[in-house]
Amino acid sequence: MFLINCPYCGERDQQEFKAGGEAHIERPKQPTELSDDEWAEYLFMRKNIKGVQFERWNHAHGCRKWFNMVRDTSNDEIKAIYKMGEKPPAQ
Amino acid sequence: MTKNLRVKSSEYIDETNRISFKFNGKTYHGFKGDTLASALLANNVHLVGRSFKYHRPRGIMTSGSEEPNAIVQVNPGTNRTEPNVRATEVEIYEGLEASSQNCWPSVEFDIGGINNFLSPFFPAGFYYKTFMWPASFWEKYEFFIRHSAGLGKSPTSSDPDIYDHRNIHCDVLVVGAGLSGILAAKNAAKNNFKTLLVDEKNELGGSTIYENNEFNKIDNKAPSEWLKKEIEELKNIKNLEIKTRTSVAAYHQYNYLLAKENLTDHIEAKDKTNKIRQRLLKIRAKKVILATGALERPLIFNNNDRPGIMLSSAIKKYSEFYGVACGSKNVFFTNNDSAYESALSLYNKGINVEAIVDIREQSESKIVKKVKEADIKVYWSHSIVDTAGYKRLNSISIMKLSNDGTSVTGSKISISCDCLGVAGGWTPAVHLYTQSGNKLKFDEEKQIFLPNQNSSKQISIGSCCGDFKIDEIIKNLNLKLKDNLNIKETDLDNIKVEIDQENSKRNIWLLPSDKPLGKTKPFVDYQNDATAKDIKLALREGFRSIEHVKRYTTTGMGTDQGKLGNMHALGIIADTADVKMGELGTTTFRPPYTPLTFGTIVGRNVGKFFDIFRRTPMNDWHVENKAEFENVGQWKRAWYYPINGETMHQAVQRESKAARESAGILDASTLGKIDIQGSDASEFLNRVYTNAWSKLAIGKCRYGLMLNEDGMVYDDGVTTRLDENHYIMTTTTGGAANVLGKLEDYLQTEWPELDVYLTSVTDHYATASLCGPNSKKILKKIIPDLDLSDENFPHMSFKDTKIGNIKCRIMRISFTGEHSYEINVQASYGKDLWEKCIEAGKEFNITPYGTETMHLLRAEKGFIIVGQDTDGTMTPIDLQMDWIVSKKKYDFIGKRSLYRSDTMREDRKQLVGLLTDDPNIVLEEGAQIVSELNQSPVEMLGHVTSSYFSPNLNKSIALAVVRGGKDMMGKQLFVPMENKNINVTVANPVFYDEKNERLNA
Repeated sequence: MFLINCPYCGERDQQEFKAGGEAHIERPKQPTELSDDEWAEYLFMRKNIKGVQFERWNHAHGCRKWFNMVRDTSNDEIKAIYKMGEKPPAQ
Repeated sequence: MTKNLRVKSSEYIDETNRISFKFNGKTYHGFKGDTLASALLANNVHLVGRSFKYHRPRGIMTSGSEEPNAIVQVNPGTNRTEPNVRATEVEIYEGLEASSQNCWPSVEFDIGGINNFLSPFFPAGFYYKTFMWPASFWEKYEFFIRHSAGLGKSPTSSDPDIYDHRNIHCDVLVVGAGLSGILAAKNAAKNNFKTLLVDEKNELGGSTIYENNEFNKIDNKAPSEWLKKEIEELKNIKNLEIKTRTSVAAYHQYNYLLAKENLTDHIEAKDKTNKIRQRLLKIRAKKVILATGALERPLIFNNNDRPGIMLSSAIKKYSEFYGVACGSKNVFFTNNDSAYESALSLYNKGINVEAIVDIREQSESKIVKKVKEADIKVYWSHSIVDTAGYKRLNSISIMKLSNDGTSVTGSKISISCDCLGVAGGWTPAVHLYTQSGNKLKFDEEKQIFLPNQNSSKQISIGSCCGDFKIDEIIKNLNLKLKDNLNIKETDLDNIKVEIDQENSKRNIWLLPSDKPLGKTKPFVDYQNDATAKDIKLALREGFRSIEHVKRYTTTGMGTDQGKLGNMHALGIIADTADVKMGELGTTTFRPPYTPLTFGTIVGRNVGKFFDIFRRTPMNDWHVENKAEFENVGQWKRAWYYPINGETMHQAVQRESKAARESAGILDASTLGKIDIQGSDASEFLNRVYTNAWSKLAIGKCRYGLMLNEDGMVYDDGVTTRLDENHYIMTTTTGGAANVLGKLEDYLQTEWPELDVYLTSVTDHYATASLCGPNSKKILKKIIPDLDLSDENFPHMSFKDTKIGNIKCRIMRISFTGEHSYEINVQASYGKDLWEKCIEAGKEFNITPYGTETMHLLRAEKGFIIVGQDTDGTMTPIDLQMDWIVSKKKYDFIGKRSLYRSDTMREDRKQLVGLLTDDPNIVLEEGAQIVSELNQSPVEMLGHVTSSYFSPNLNKSIALAVVRGGKDMMGKQLFVPMENKNINVTVANPVFYDEKNERLNA
């Protein structure tokens, strides 16, 4: 059970949150211009790294806000948390 | 008669408080403070159980939670019975009953004991190897295996006890209240840290509290005396909470720990009533200090499992703490000095110690000298090669050990004895440390795995991190505490410790016998009967990974999780495969450290508190009118309203007819409702729905279909434009929370520039759906002032109005195909609204209908239900709903995916109607559909998604998804069932009122 520092509410138990997959995958602005392969890249391809990974999380049972998390998936260390739209911290 | 082996009064045993209890049906006596194990030993009962595989007689081996053998069924035959309880942890109380497990008809005479003599035929992997052939026989094998296997019996009636959960937040959690734990907790609390100290035992102090080694002194006092004073002082410290009988089961990430606090297991049954039995503590600690101590290792030699063979430290605890002699002719077998302490402890109480067999060549420590002075015979450089005594040890045979420790030489000496204490050194209890995600390192010199790191959030102190001498313990924990808690001074700074202790040890994982290994039984895992030869066999058969060897031999897989034997298993593997222990690693230490009861895990969430459920404001009316309910998500929805003993089918047929012929009413309050406001609300709807929204006039309603980004249908519902920048969206009952989450996701992450605000108002409104040709007349009676003409209030429009003084929103929308109104009022007026409608509808025989009739009516109209007719693989095109997909809009969620090569395939599964050739046969939902009956294998074309007998059409109707179904109109297909093949014809999914004339009827 992680202890997650919601950027809006502070430290809360993991059970209040929902994981939302890899972060910084922007929805293409002009989907119709993309080939099937390019669209599939956006739609399906995720890295699922063992190590430092950028993730989206949602404080679903709290403020309902989405935010980003940098987590080392090998030991579950949360390295950074930052709001949507903010630049990811340098690695 | 059994003899009484109580040797000396102990301050932890209240000899004035005599307690009687039953074991295997026989009554024994013990005293307040005894465990079941100590009381049995005091009555000279060693044989308490049978082993799992060979049914060998087994006795009490330890004095703690690591016990592998003495596991018993407590209070058998009662609703409080509990299997697999360690006798070493059961505190006795008046009326306690316990019995042996895994034996039949009794522990003294056990039929399964024959397995012991057949043991050469039961090697590792026996079951895997033997019961493979023929494969079809597995079910028969399984029946017998299940009946002969298994430990205790679970209770068959419901648990009478209450369980509880408690959340605890603290600055410092100290696990283990031995010497180091107590000192750590005391200093943490004194320095203003909110501290929690937990220990699995009922008394604080660990093993130091009965420590009697005369060569060790703290501030010139015996360590036990000194520690008692420290414990006394704990009581006066604020900030410190102490929990005994509390064992930490799991140590999760971010210092989240689960502990089981035992509250009533040690008291008489009559006092247990209405008390919480066990409490699960959910602890979130800023810092965790692990002081979990060390477990003594046994030694692995031939026939090392007989009743009477115990850990040397356990014998010492039984004599010092419980005042019980475990035997009258004691022998110790050791590779280090620990056994000498135990021997002296017995000697000082006048208990006979016959000899000490030491595999070391020599030791010159003070304590060894003291033993020699006591005239106790020590056999240096000797090893036990065999033991004798079936139900109780009666002798051992020893031989001289070769210099390299791999063989024995010389002549055999037999020593008669009834109790053997084995001392193989100490294994730090690193279970919780590793559970927290940290790695271990192997200390070659001490031959132990140790915590590899401390962090600002967690430290290990005392013997669980390899400090075994009191001076080391105190010095190191003092340094760690200061560093970790950032404190300058502690009351440990000026403590004077005198110590004379030697850690010399000769570690041999598997001791040799004069017989070849194949003829011996050196048990490594006592509970699962895994021997050293099983482990070697696994290696010969090619297993290398420690995890595989564990599963193949079942070493460490018992209820004790191999607390005693796992290290030896690793050692034997390392020696045999010639790899280093450090490289071999360990098996994973998984929670729980000691078993938890189900009761503790579920706590108060039993019975009606098992799961959350939601009820609509009209619920009481449904209950009063004998509705049957169905679970939809968390909601309890009225399913159908049987009258006069109707079956479900009869009720649904009646309700469905009434709704079309006159009037019906449905509680639609559970539909998800999302209030959408903001200047970009229309643009937002354009992006999330497949159809266009910009031109929807204020006061109008529109049906929308929502896709996932992959183009598959996700949700649907009607959205109404209340004002220029204000909409109310309805979602499916089950999808409400997910839809809101998805919309928020897009708003916050992809389109933060949109000025849109979403609020869930599902619970704020109650909704009654009034339908049927007479619905208009009924509504007119309720709101006489409202102009209900088609001109003023046409289909797919909305009115903000009042029923009396109560505000209401009415949408003229229809999920049944009938003229109908959805009336929304503030939730607290829901029942009132419902009753008004029923009252007004009486003259039209208004019929309340439930979800089943709703499903039937919509199926007659071919309306889909997301999640029933779709399964996350259906596009709107597959559903033949092309009309709702805007061609003009540049983009919406899922649009691009509708043009992927896969979603454009012609042979995708498509929604069609199905009519059975025999109109009375109702298809089964989920039934498979084929076009050829004589194919092999038969190609599955699709399946039935919805199927009903329609009372309004007087025939069976069904919706189905069929590969390429769109182009199969009129085609004959088959639904093969178990006993017959049903002929069906592909039809238009709109079965009733294809021209929608009834909407305006």
